[in-house]
Amino acid sequence: MTTLVYCGHCGREAIDGNHDDCRQALTMEPPRYCDQCRRRMIVQVHPMGWSARCSVHGGLSSERP
Amino acid sequence: MNDILEVAREQVLERGIGLSQEQLVEVLRSPDEMLDDLLALAHEVRVKWCGEEVEVEGIISLKTGGCPEDCHFCSQSGQFTSPVRAVWLNIPELVAAAKETAATGATEFCIVAAVRGPDARLMSQVKAGIEAINAAVEINIACSLGMLTQEQVDELKAMGVHRYNHNLESARSYFGDVVTTHSFEERWATCLMVRESGMELCCGGLVGMGESLEQRAELAAQLAELEPHEVPLNFLNPRPGTPFGDMEIMAGKDALRTIAAFRLAMPRTVLRYAGGRELTLGDLGTREGLLGGINAVIVGNYLTTLGRPATADLDLLADLKMPVKELQKTL
Repeated sequence: MTTLVYCGHCGREAIDGNHDDCRQALTMEPPRYCDQCRRRMIVQVHPMGWSARCSVHGGLSSERP
Repeated sequence: MNDILEVAREQVLERGIGLSQEQLVEVLRSPDEMLDDLLALAHEVRVKWCGEEVEVEGIISLKTGGCPEDCHFCSQSGQFTSPVRAVWLNIPELVAAAKETAATGATEFCIVAAVRGPDARLMSQVKAGIEAINAAVEINIACSLGMLTQEQVDELKAMGVHRYNHNLESARSYFGDVVTTHSFEERWATCLMVRESGMELCCGGLVGMGESLEQRAELAAQLAELEPHEVPLNFLNPRPGTPFGDMEIMAGKDALRTIAAFRLAMPRTVLRYAGGRELTLGDLGTREGLLGGINAVIVGNYLTTLGRPATADLDLLADLKMPVKELQKTL
């Protein structure tokens, strides 16, 4: 399991504050920052899901039907 | 204050004539104690003039981010420090999204691009996308590609675009506070060209952007003047990095009054829940809006943010015994 270094919502360090609002926000929007290197990811939202790609750390996605 | 309900009952419900801007201000200023009666009347108007059916639509961003315009609510503007990066969707993904949308029972699939207006590359991509979707799945295709020339209107019509979305965004008197890179009149001109082409016009806006109640009524009246087939109603979802990023979320009761007011302004239009409803209204408010004038929904996700699961909306419609409109390729 990879340790989360940065917040996928705000891009700040994961240990910088509690990120409760960020976790809440991530229920209604995809992550925009790579949680390993904080690069802004290329994100595509689909009607039933989303995918995100970091140029260094690769892609992640929600589950799609 | 109950007078406005009596007027609306006679004028809108009985005769099908929308309320004027001045009358809409009265509706928007009505007290909370009147809200249930207001929503019930708006629902009666919707059922009488539009029927029981609810139209379901899905949307997809074909070209995300990097927009040269400065719409202050939008995370896709290249002028703000938004975390949204520019990306184009490929045709197979576009077709997959159309299939996913159709599988929900939706009859409309709207292809959206964050641009001032389409260039030749985008028009070519849209044409290829429409052909690929039509070969794969039965669904009406709508587009939202910004401001158009007459030639582009004609091209899209020839491609078989069923409906074209171009929102007014806000009232004419508030537009300059929302967008500075183009004018209200430029938007209006595109809407007129679309309407006259025979494509269905989808034209709505956003509320909760700091406009006054008078300006909210003004937007509804200006939309009514355009007589759009569909009005998508968005509630501001403040996006990080945008000029409106720190605005308060609109109060749920104000949002419900706005829904009712828009229905009473436009008794026959398709009034669609669009972005921001999850945040502004929540589950209970979503239900109240469907019983207060709304007769269409965007299911699933939006362009850069996520919506409720499609099943949540479809289950709600079943619970409310509201039939989903079926596909009729009549154009």
